[in-house]
Amino acid sequence: MTAAPGAPAAEHEHGHPGAPVLSLRGARLGFGGRTLWDDLSLDVCRGEFLAVLGPNGSGKSSLLRTILGQQELTAGEINFGGEPVRRGDRRIGYIPQQKMIPAGTPMRARDLVALGVNGHRFGLPLPRRGERERVDELLESVGATHFANAPVGTLSGGEQQRLRVGQALAGDPDLLLCDEPLLSLDLNHQREVSELIDRRRRSHGTPVVFVTHDVNPVLGMVDRILYLAGGRFREGTPDEVLRSDVLSDLYQTPVEVFRSHGRIVVMGLPDTHDHHPHNETPEAS
Amino acid sequence: MTTALAPLILTAAAGGGDDLWSRMFSFANYGELLQLVQNSVIAGAVLGIVGGLIGVFVMQRDMAFAVHGISELSFAGAAAALLLGVNVVAGSLVGSLIAAVIIGVLGSKARDRNSIIGVLMPFGLGLGILFLALYQGRTANKFGLLTGQIVSVDDPQLIWLIVISIVVLLGLGIMWRPLSFDSLDADVASARGVPTRAVSLTFMLLLGLMVAVSVQIIGALLVLALLVTPAAAAMRVSASPILVPILSMLFGFVSAVGGILLALGGSLPISPYITTISFAIYLVCRLIEARRTKTRSFRPSGETVAVAA
Repeated sequence: MTAAPGAPAAEHEHGHPGAPVLSLRGARLGFGGRTLWDDLSLDVCRGEFLAVLGPNGSGKSSLLRTILGQQELTAGEINFGGEPVRRGDRRIGYIPQQKMIPAGTPMRARDLVALGVNGHRFGLPLPRRGERERVDELLESVGATHFANAPVGTLSGGEQQRLRVGQALAGDPDLLLCDEPLLSLDLNHQREVSELIDRRRRSHGTPVVFVTHDVNPVLGMVDRILYLAGGRFREGTPDEVLRSDVLSDLYQTPVEVFRSHGRIVVMGLPDTHDHHPHNETPEAS
Repeated sequence: MTTALAPLILTAAAGGGDDLWSRMFSFANYGELLQLVQNSVIAGAVLGIVGGLIGVFVMQRDMAFAVHGISELSFAGAAAALLLGVNVVAGSLVGSLIAAVIIGVLGSKARDRNSIIGVLMPFGLGLGILFLALYQGRTANKFGLLTGQIVSVDDPQLIWLIVISIVVLLGLGIMWRPLSFDSLDADVASARGVPTRAVSLTFMLLLGLMVAVSVQIIGALLVLALLVTPAAAAMRVSASPILVPILSMLFGFVSAVGGILLALGGSLPISPYITTISFAIYLVCRLIEARRTKTRSFRPSGETVAVAA
């Protein structure tokens, strides 16, 4: 549990072989007259960790919805596992933003994880053989065994988010999509949750697409960055993208990127609210 | 059956004297009365159980206000049916389902939903009052729609109510897990292949059906006592996804059947008995919860240390 920032991220045994898991070709998404991004071509291969950065309204969450098949592209194509994406594909594990679950919700920690196993299934809710064991296994894998029977409404944000990771892993996914999963967590919980996601990538080669407004908590894990801003984008390794000249060009306004103690601070952004590393403001997306 | 029963109730009340107590409670000729209201007791039992069950989802989906909104339109439908001289249960169903569909289609977001309900509800109530004002029949019928009049449940109606309740019960059973998933987190459920829109619309229809049944028994104004209070009480004392529905059904059953049985001898409507029992259960559950949070903790000690580290 000591993934120091800056450590090489690609030590998993699966490497980058074969066809990409997720691929976009000439993709464009626009609403009305506004284009969020255009001519986006991108491959995400096994074992890769792609961070998607950008200000509010730059189309980060829309990109996730497109991958989930909930949003049609305006142009271009998007394939998952060699086929066009479709809605409700259970080979994709989805980890949402941290939203506190209301106290009094009639659900224990293990029930939240169990929804990942059988929550899509119609029919009388009778337990099937092996489901309990599967849920125990998942709880164990996200370090939630000791609060397995606690009501979800009594758990902290970090604990709830660990359960959501377990829920997303239930389908043994081929791709993990994370939509600001660290939002409003404190630093310790940010580290714990991002390490859980990274551990799955290392052990199973499951690629990760990780939407975030602050790259620092995952900087040590990121292979590549897709930076969306103002209808344009840059893609590359953190060293290629997180540079003053690249971001200044992307935002078309002078932007400074500082690195200190393995952290990255971007200054002079048009909407600094969103980009301050310690920002706690929830993002409307 | 109403006509047969009314003199009996009056005699029972008169026999016990005119003081308040005997108007509220009187158990003279109880056995004979019980046979006469057998239908009502059955209807109350079914409604209590299924209402308690659907209430668990009403609470989770934060739809108490929607229940109230649907019940006012259900009342308008029933009043219209009364005026036109057609089946009141059918009228109530039509009103309920129209309201449920409008709320379900237009109000997928909580804020939209509340404003739509806020607009619909007075309109429905106003329509209902208009229809009742035009209606020339017995005043007891008018009052009954708003505050409940279970003794007017006759055999064909009873069969309707039971069939509808069973449909709701089966519907909830079949979509239990996807509905729970959708109630907890619609985005993730949708990503996992749950047809969330269809699930929520179906739920609204089931809720509409259940409200229409409840209006017949407890009255449009008091539907919440059977569709919300038992579930709210159960959720105070448990977080188990199995125990909460079971307790909620039990609370609903006790409130409805207990209310009918207590009201039997007196000359008052059953609704205050039902609402009072269900409220008392809620209070007791809150007390139990308050005692428990003092003494029990779900997490092992040491957790706080880990967080602080």
